[in-house]
Amino acid sequence: MYDRIREKLQILADAAKYDVSCSSSGGNRKNDNKGLGDSSNSGICHTYTEDGRCVSLLKILLTNHCIYDCAFCVSRKSNDVKRAAFTVEEVVSLTMNFYRRNYIEGLFLSSGIFKNADYTMERLLRIVKLLRLEHKFNGYIHLKTIPGASEELLSEAGLYADRMSINLEMPTEAGLKLLAPEKSHAAVRQPLKFIQQGIANYKDEKRLIKSVPKFVPAGQSTQMVIGATPETDKEIMYTADEYYKNFSLKRVYYSGYIPISHDDRMPALGTKPPLLRENRLYQTDWLMRFYHFEIDEILNDEHPNLDEQIDPKLSWALRNPQFFPIDINSADYKMIMRVPGIGIASALKIIQARKFGKLHFFQLKKMGIATNRAKHFIRCADSPFQLNDSDPVKIRQVILNESQSKFFKPPTNQLTLF
Amino acid sequence: MIMEIYVFDGSLKGLLTAIFEYFERKASQVRLYTTINYQPSLLQEALTIITDEAKADRVWKGLKKKLDSDWLRKFYVAWHAEDAETFKNLFWFAVYIFNNEHGAFANYGNEYVLAVAQMDRKVHREKHRMEAFIRFQETQDGIFFAFIDPDFNVLPLILKHFKNRYADQQWIIYDRRRKYGLYYDKLTVTEITFDFTEEITTTNVSLQANQVDPKEELYAILWKDYFKSTNIVARKNMKLHIRHVPKRYWRYLTEKW
Repeated sequence: MYDRIREKLQILADAAKYDVSCSSSGGNRKNDNKGLGDSSNSGICHTYTEDGRCVSLLKILLTNHCIYDCAFCVSRKSNDVKRAAFTVEEVVSLTMNFYRRNYIEGLFLSSGIFKNADYTMERLLRIVKLLRLEHKFNGYIHLKTIPGASEELLSEAGLYADRMSINLEMPTEAGLKLLAPEKSHAAVRQPLKFIQQGIANYKDEKRLIKSVPKFVPAGQSTQMVIGATPETDKEIMYTADEYYKNFSLKRVYYSGYIPISHDDRMPALGTKPPLLRENRLYQTDWLMRFYHFEIDEILNDEHPNLDEQIDPKLSWALRNPQFFPIDINSADYKMIMRVPGIGIASALKIIQARKFGKLHFFQLKKMGIATNRAKHFIRCADSPFQLNDSDPVKIRQVILNESQSKFFKPPTNQLTLF
Repeated sequence: MIMEIYVFDGSLKGLLTAIFEYFERKASQVRLYTTINYQPSLLQEALTIITDEAKADRVWKGLKKKLDSDWLRKFYVAWHAEDAETFKNLFWFAVYIFNNEHGAFANYGNEYVLAVAQMDRKVHREKHRMEAFIRFQETQDGIFFAFIDPDFNVLPLILKHFKNRYADQQWIIYDRRRKYGLYYDKLTVTEITFDFTEEITTTNVSLQANQVDPKEELYAILWKDYFKSTNIVARKNMKLHIRHVPKRYWRYLTEKW
């Protein structure tokens, strides 16, 4: 007897799942109206799908009817799939009832474009307004910005959403033109800029007047599809870097392309999604955002692609042996973070702990650093004096041999035929 | 040097009282036991620590002076592990902190500092998992109900989170292992115990069908549908899946029923 709503949910969740963002962090909405929900600043993953991805939000399309025909998109006009559309009330009821049972942190609402941009954006806006104003819902809301929608609609949406996003889809303009001639990066930049300015203005005002409402408090994000078109890792990451810098994005997501239909311009059906490559891109993204690396240190004309066998930090260290080994007991914090196998948390522990006495190797091990990688790049209080064997080729081989299981196992996403 | 044996009741205040006695008696070597896991020995007499509000309070205030708020919280959170090893680490951590200048907590090279930091992380992770994995079912009386069975006693730590979040609905979260729960009546949270111990020690981890609201079936079905639909089969990675959602939690998760 629940068939209709079940079918809708299946179709519209299935169509939304290629948007990989699941983040529910950065929201700071408080439940101060005795309503439902608040935002946990760190975000919460309520479960994980069998592909290992976090499920934090109810991620659905309002409809998968779409006037566009983008080759990489499962909802494109010419694709022969079942179409469905939620009513405004259905989305509200699903969100409230899932949230009440602690299934989700909030709603991620996107949509195919029906009629035109304004018409679609207006519907999305109506849902979030209803949730916030009528139902006193304070959970997290991630709302898609529909490129081409009017600035009035975007300004209003920003008052109710925690995060807004628009996908770049392809890392370069040329790639996008090839697969989605109706779209352009310029059409993405304009609304990104508009919302970025909105965020900045509201922040300024808030400094003077406490009662200024929140405006997209968790910022903006975007997504690029990886491996559908032949861009290098350098092109991808330089685009990401540009958008982080120019649009103050909170996140750029990289989504390994999964062939969904036959198209001569893209990888054939059944091609495995480039999961390892995707992972290396995320590692690079982290190095840029948290480890103070400049992107040209990792990717440049000489090295336009990331090494799939080893992580980008190790790869950088092996290419720059002149900086190593460093002395754990005296080196700068930023330099310690650059050591392969030492993360931010461990680097912090090291600089705090060394004030109390010289650190020994066993102490680092107990703190949880990956000594199998780090040991080639550091000296501690008890490191024996030796002419360090710092031949990068040898170090690389030793590390690869010692960590067989992780680097040499074929990716576990191998498709089985039967 | 004489080895002393302290036996305390396992409570936080008891532990703080034990730390007080250590300094009061100018002890040096101490072995710490809780009442339940102490087996009297003929060779040596134990000192029974009688939990003392005033002594505990003095030690807590002392810790407050010596630790920053972050570390005071770590000490408090780690205590919820409620195991002998953690009690011992907290005891010697406190001794180390009192015997040294302010700031000594940053010495991660010290085994007790590191042990407390690591236990704080473990308990915190379990707390966070409960905030994620609790699944409420609405009962016929309109109360949102959930059973839990966490590795550590995290109910006191998750109270605030659920109170803030579900301010407009009544809820009960019941710890099956420790046999107590929290009940929120839209105003305050109270600790409760049930007499249905017999019923809940069996394998059932959810309410009986006749206890839940009829709507419950629909939302459970829709949630399971959603869980399936949002998965990308071409990316299947069960190893990662299980690392994020360890199997011991599965029987409490609606999407896994």
